[in-house]
Amino acid sequence: MKVEFDQSRPIYLQIIEDIKRQIATGVLKPGDKLPSQRDLAVQLQVNANTVQRAYREMELLGIVETLRGQGTFVRAERSIVEETRGDMVSTLVEEFVTAMQALGYDAEAILLHVRQKLADTAGNGGERNGK
Amino acid sequence: MFDRSSQTLPGTGERGMASKRYVLEIDGLSKRYGRVEALDDVSLQLPMGEIWGVLGPNGSGKSTLLKCIAGLVKPDEGSIRINGLSPSRATKSVVAFVPEINTMYRWMTVAEVMSFAAAFYQDWSKERAQELMEFMRLEPGKKVGSLSKGMRARLRLILGMARDAQLVLLDEPLSGIDPASRDRIVEGIARQFDGEGRSIVLSTHAVDETERLFDTVMFLRDGHIELIGNAEELRIQRGKSINDLFKEVYA
Repeated sequence: MKVEFDQSRPIYLQIIEDIKRQIATGVLKPGDKLPSQRDLAVQLQVNANTVQRAYREMELLGIVETLRGQGTFVRAERSIVEETRGDMVSTLVEEFVTAMQALGYDAEAILLHVRQKLADTAGNGGERNGK
Repeated sequence: MFDRSSQTLPGTGERGMASKRYVLEIDGLSKRYGRVEALDDVSLQLPMGEIWGVLGPNGSGKSTLLKCIAGLVKPDEGSIRINGLSPSRATKSVVAFVPEINTMYRWMTVAEVMSFAAAFYQDWSKERAQELMEFMRLEPGKKVGSLSKGMRARLRLILGMARDAQLVLLDEPLSGIDPASRDRIVEGIARQFDGEGRSIVLSTHAVDETERLFDTVMFLRDGHIELIGNAEELRIQRGKSINDLFKEVYA
């Protein structure tokens, strides 16, 4: 398996983002064991040091913990899922708002577009659910 | 919570606060061929447990640098220290040099090349060679002369990676071979490297395929170091891939 990275951004950050996404969406649950650094490096075809750096940063961020001789685990606290989700949401919203502002939209117009999109999505979702 | 600028750590491939041991130290290395400056005042320190990419177009000095480290080319000026020693008989067992060209007999089978290497290199690991041979999908019974270019490149890589050498030098391991073999070779390197006990120097101009392997990249131009830095830091600072940076530097 070959994983595509955006090579214009640090690879270790993309590894962190991927694991955070897995936590936020429930693929990885609190207390779950992460792949060993070696296995992940082989799987992603990256330098073992890059994975080591990603794991170390996630430890510093309090997302995972490494137990001596046992491996690296998603922190067991339930709150870690909410924290990770909250973290991802702020990033997504910030990116979106920044991009919209760069296009010249003010707060009112941004909200209008969001509401419109949500209404559209709800409509489509309703049809699907109605089947 | 996650500020990209403050999360980055300085230096190359930093491994906590532990002091670094350099497997290779080069100071003021120069080599001239007639009027051509093949290497011009090259200095570097390669820590144990890192993969370095030596990047540059043809004729930039990559191969000369690797050959100097391997002790195959005598520099005009400067010093090379491998574990503190000058390139010599003693460092031959520390350094595995994999040249770009084939040095294997065409009439030998893959299995014969393996047993030849096992007898020749004291630090040869039969288990690792076997594992790599399977991973590289090399058929033991095939003659070297009948192998495709890609398959021969895979075989060459094994000759370097199956040794317990502390410093592995790979000269253009991807040059002139098919995409499938390129992928296998990159994956084979990632597989065999664990960040401990070994450093790898890989020269290439196939930057796009290899950049995810590198801790540090060094750009050579006309024999001198044009740019050197930690690959991840360069991505942060320049906001582009090493491949795009490569195109920019040699534009």
